[in-house]
Amino acid sequence: MSTLSLAMRDNSTMIRRQLKRLLRYPSMTVQLVATPVIILIVFVYVFGGTLGEGLGGGGRDAYVNYVVPGILLMAVATAATGTAVMVASDMTEGIIARFRTMRISRASVLTGHVVGSVIQQLLGMAAVIGIAFALGFRPNATAVEWLAAAGLLTLFVVAVTWLAVALGLRSPTPEAASNAPMPLILLPFLGSGFVPTDSMPTVLRWFAEYQPFTPVMETVRGLLLGTPIGNSGAIATAWCAGVAVISYLWAKNIFNKA
Amino acid sequence: MTNLAIAANGLRKSYGDKVVLDGIDLTVPVGTIFSLLGPNGAGKTTAVQILSTLIPADGGEVQVAGFDLARKPDDVRGAIGVTGQYSAVDKLLTGEENLLLMADLKHLSRGDGKRRAAELLDRFDLVDAARKPAATYSGGMQRRLDLAMTLVGDPRLIFLDEPTTGLDPRSRRSMWQIVRELVASGVTIFLTTQYLEEADELADRIALLDHGRLIAEGTAEELKRRIPGGHIELTFADAHLLDAAHHLLGAGITDPEALTLQVPSDGGVPAIRELLNLLDERSIDIAEMNVHTPDLDDVFLTLTGQQKVEATR
Ligand SMILES: Nc1ncnc2c1ncn2[C@@H]1O[C@H](COP(=O)(O)OP(=O)(O)OP(=O)(O)O)[C@@H](O)[C@H]1O
Ligand SMILES: [Mg+2]
Repeated sequence: MSTLSLAMRDNSTMIRRQLKRLLRYPSMTVQLVATPVIILIVFVYVFGGTLGEGLGGGGRDAYVNYVVPGILLMAVATAATGTAVMVASDMTEGIIARFRTMRISRASVLTGHVVGSVIQQLLGMAAVIGIAFALGFRPNATAVEWLAAAGLLTLFVVAVTWLAVALGLRSPTPEAASNAPMPLILLPFLGSGFVPTDSMPTVLRWFAEYQPFTPVMETVRGLLLGTPIGNSGAIATAWCAGVAVISYLWAKNIFNKA
Repeated sequence: MTNLAIAANGLRKSYGDKVVLDGIDLTVPVGTIFSLLGPNGAGKTTAVQILSTLIPADGGEVQVAGFDLARKPDDVRGAIGVTGQYSAVDKLLTGEENLLLMADLKHLSRGDGKRRAAELLDRFDLVDAARKPAATYSGGMQRRLDLAMTLVGDPRLIFLDEPTTGLDPRSRRSMWQIVRELVASGVTIFLTTQYLEEADELADRIALLDHGRLIAEGTAEELKRRIPGGHIELTFADAHLLDAAHHLLGAGITDPEALTLQVPSDGGVPAIRELLNLLDERSIDIAEMNVHTPDLDDVFLTLTGQQKVEATR
């Protein structure tokens, strides 16, 4: 077998390892769905009436539609914390030392974590969207638009997860790893996730419009609900691809050096 | 030189100012057991970690399994198996899943992997626990699973870092048995231990590591000859009996204050029986008797003592 096909086999072995581990500890996956759902419920039922009026009428029903993309990204940011902790604690396990003394593709250890987390998060995201439907989420997207939104969200999840893996590798302890991705959770709030950016004071608005989460949320919102997208799609794709590639190289570098 | 599993020359490693390995030479012929013996902090684990490609050396020429360690680490990895000092099993997976994971990473076919896993579970007495997460295993069971995982790809050179530390005497004996079987099948073993007895039981050659230097190397017999033999310590009720015994045996060191006599002896049963019979015939009563066999302490006290003397000369 060629080096490439052996590396692919190592990747699939490590992905299976990670999925088994995730299945054995379903509480983390449940939490992955529960946290964004609770926030969704709070925002829709507590703030939704007022915020919906502020969007230009429509009340609570309009707000559910507005807030879902932000909630989805927040779910990804929350999951990043879990991934970073999992990677950091895995690195303290003896099994990693064993992997390092074996003739295997080194990146496969990290790829296993990333693909496992991405699958877990996409399933979680589907569950969140299902619950959002029950709460009145009514997108008007065509199949192609759904597909495009799913594609962008997947790319986003991949980027954030590689970043989380790198942060987890860089952390000396699992405790430290749980703090590293914290700022990501704030980004949906400091962007167009919960209220439009033009309602914010100048400095904040400037930050909100240029930070990476906003174009992703604007594009998903546009695809699912028909709001204008403009050049957000291209900017979002560029951000995600850039973060994914840089984080991948960074993570690989840290893992090989350690 | 092709029949050497390990050939190291001037192996060095420091952590900051602390010199852990200070220029070590090792030669381990294929198909033999080599034991690195040393107290806590001697540098045993560091040596294993370097030789098994886990950490880089600071200096030295090292060939492992015929490959240059620095230039061809992946070829070295393909030839070796490592059971480290600390458990290297995936605790969230079951014993069986851990073995199948190794089979996949060794690129065995599905069928071969399953067969090998079943065989090893059986051999290491883990069949009943095969479907339980490794986190629920006892220390001894984890240790066995650890070694079983190392054996999945049939490595030709195996590193065992303190494989029996923390095992009960029965588990220790069965671990020794497994090591002997491996060597009988042509595998080379590099073993570290704190127990002289273990090195004595298993190793063809033993090296004593202390403060990052090899202070002695040879077969168990050669090393024992360099250590003062064991002795039997006899305590008597009064000075009269002590003198009588000393006179009778014509050997040993007396301590008139403590009323003891130290007689050199290998500490074996025939020697003890002979000694007791001799004293009995003359009706010399013994108040107390202690048998002292040489242990790692003696080895180290003697050899590190010599080191210091030589160094000051
Ligand atoms: N990563 C590290 N950073 C700094 N010092 C280290 C590191 N690893 C080991 N050392 C030091 O190197 C020395 C040798 O350690 P090593 O683990 O090789 O000893 P050992 O012979 O295996 O001991 P033990 O019997 O306790 O397992 C110790 O003094 C230890 O403190
Ligand atoms: Mg050690």
